[in-house]
Amino acid sequence: MRRTVPLWITAIAGVALVISAFLPATRGWGEDVATWFSILAAVAFVLGGGNLLKVHLRKISDRQSGWGYSSIVLACFFATLWVGLFKVGVHPNPKYPDVAYSGQTQGIGSPFWWLYEYAFKPLTSTMFAMLAFYVASAAFRAFRAKNVEAVLLLGTAFIILLGRTFAGVVLTGWIPADGAFAGLRLENLSVYVMQVFNTAGNRAIIIGIALGIASTSLKILLGIDRSYLGSGD
Amino acid sequence: MNGSTGSLRHRMATSLCGLAVVVSAGTALAAPPAPTDVRAADVGFDAGSRIRVEWNAVADSNLAGYSVFRSLTPGEIAAADRDSRVAFATAASEAARKARAAELVAEGVAPEDADRQAEQAAVEAGAAASREWRPETAEGEIRWTLAGVADPVDTTFDVDKLEDAEAYSFGVQAFDRDGAKSPIAATTAPASSEASAFDAKRLPLFLMLALLCGTVLLFISIARRGKPLKIRTIAGLAAVEEAVGRATEMGRSVLYINGIQDMDDLQTVAGVNILGRVAKIAAEYDARVEVPTSRSLVMTAARETVQGSYLSAGRSDNYNPDLIYYVTDEQFGFVAYVSGMMVREKPAACFYMGAFFAESLILAETGNSIGAIQIAGTAMPSQLPFFVAACDYTLIGEEFFAASAYLSGQPDQLGSLKGQDMGKLLVGAILLIGVAMATVAAVTNSETISAGVSFLKNTLLGT
Repeated sequence: MRRTVPLWITAIAGVALVISAFLPATRGWGEDVATWFSILAAVAFVLGGGNLLKVHLRKISDRQSGWGYSSIVLACFFATLWVGLFKVGVHPNPKYPDVAYSGQTQGIGSPFWWLYEYAFKPLTSTMFAMLAFYVASAAFRAFRAKNVEAVLLLGTAFIILLGRTFAGVVLTGWIPADGAFAGLRLENLSVYVMQVFNTAGNRAIIIGIALGIASTSLKILLGIDRSYLGSGD
Repeated sequence: MNGSTGSLRHRMATSLCGLAVVVSAGTALAAPPAPTDVRAADVGFDAGSRIRVEWNAVADSNLAGYSVFRSLTPGEIAAADRDSRVAFATAASEAARKARAAELVAEGVAPEDADRQAEQAAVEAGAAASREWRPETAEGEIRWTLAGVADPVDTTFDVDKLEDAEAYSFGVQAFDRDGAKSPIAATTAPASSEASAFDAKRLPLFLMLALLCGTVLLFISIARRGKPLKIRTIAGLAAVEEAVGRATEMGRSVLYINGIQDMDDLQTVAGVNILGRVAKIAAEYDARVEVPTSRSLVMTAARETVQGSYLSAGRSDNYNPDLIYYVTDEQFGFVAYVSGMMVREKPAACFYMGAFFAESLILAETGNSIGAIQIAGTAMPSQLPFFVAACDYTLIGEEFFAASAYLSGQPDQLGSLKGQDMGKLLVGAILLIGVAMATVAAVTNSETISAGVSFLKNTLLGT
């Protein structure tokens, strides 16, 4: 029962989505399935929040290493929840100036907006900014000319990097822009590599992905692959 | 002198008026004739929202094309009238405010006080203007909106994005290269669109899908009958056991990241499938698998999967649901947690299986810096180079979807991979045919072959 019901739900929802793609009269089925998923995901949010509390409260109560950070997580969690849920400090909507809760939670100047703009955004931007350093370290390793393939990769990267900078334009600027060898100018060469080699490789990967998606979907819909239910055999 | 000047002015004015009449008459004469027999009907075998308008061609050598109009629906008319009324009232209100404020300032009132005192006049003027406002067209008259422009050689035009079951009138207006326009010729009866039982535009896609699924099912059936199928070794999957074994030997955990998308993304489902296989190996080796998730539903699904794997490995007592937990939906919040955890706990093996975005390289580089054996799999083409650069093994695209079947080793699952290969053969054949046809069409300028290429690109592959 525990396996059969999810299998049927998966099959019915999947088949409804497939049918709705081809039969216009059933177009609403796909939208209904998507709505049901959204409802489920919203309910699961409570599960997620509960799990977050459980994990961090346990860390604090057991005085595990880094329990202080857990207390910060919980304090921030409850502060944001309180500010957002109770519309703390929200300016009233101009249409209803006498109604205290008529304004938008995330309206400009509200505490929730302030938290988002001045606490959340800088933190996420900091994490994102670290990517630049990781790109440099990964490129350093990937571009070491260890074998023929790595040399080819290095050469291509060299062309692309130079072709997209002013240095590349200057280096091959002496080649006439409208002559027979204009294609050898670094800026043109980098466009050629991206449009021809890169696009061809990407499309090959995308075709494989599309076939893989179709095959995997079929196996899941027919219940051939049940490993997501923990019953692979 | 004055008399002769007046007479000259009179003659000049008469001449100019005459010239204006001639120019006007010339323009009227040059305007193309209106199209005739304009008719509209629903386009059959489609998803609805589309009506085909037809008309008889206009005989005019200077013709530049046709403007096709459709009538506004009552809802659109109401919305347009509402906007127009509001704009009219606002303009009147602002004008009244400025005028009254200027009067007050002239009377010696301070400008800031004048603005405030002029408010009443503005409100009254706005209300009066709103009452006075009348639509530009009379009631019952058709209100047109441009639906599109057709070429001079065309005598049909498909108007789309219509509301099904709504009655529309259509009008066609010819215009020439000088910009002269004919009167709008309208349809005699309104037409409405409706969705057909089957969308013919999707038929080629349906046939291709049926062929692909049929091939997969055929090979599954062949595999079930016991025919051995040869599947090439995928290095990344062959290394799964090695990675889990290494973690066991080192007494460290296995970190499994299931991407950052929800369960409605097939990559996440594929990732959960692989997690089931990895967890089973881990259960057999008695290794610890830690699964932080960025979606609550993924956490729930992953718990079910891992529990089932421990059960099928006969180690249900070792299953610990607390090792599969929710962190946050926020992309970089999740990355911050996982990166920190990796640095602190130093897992011996890291798996990244699912849909990843900018966080792919941050995670993989952090894993690399702690010396973990890393296996990644994703169907996000833009993230593959990052995983290739930073991980030991990467499952590229289809390999990622094949992983669950490969790891299971079950004949029917392997049969599906063989069916997938047949799909690749089919796509390869279509590619070769398309390339050959496009080359021949370019060399020979054959319209027939060009039409064939167009069918391949726009109809067969364009839906």
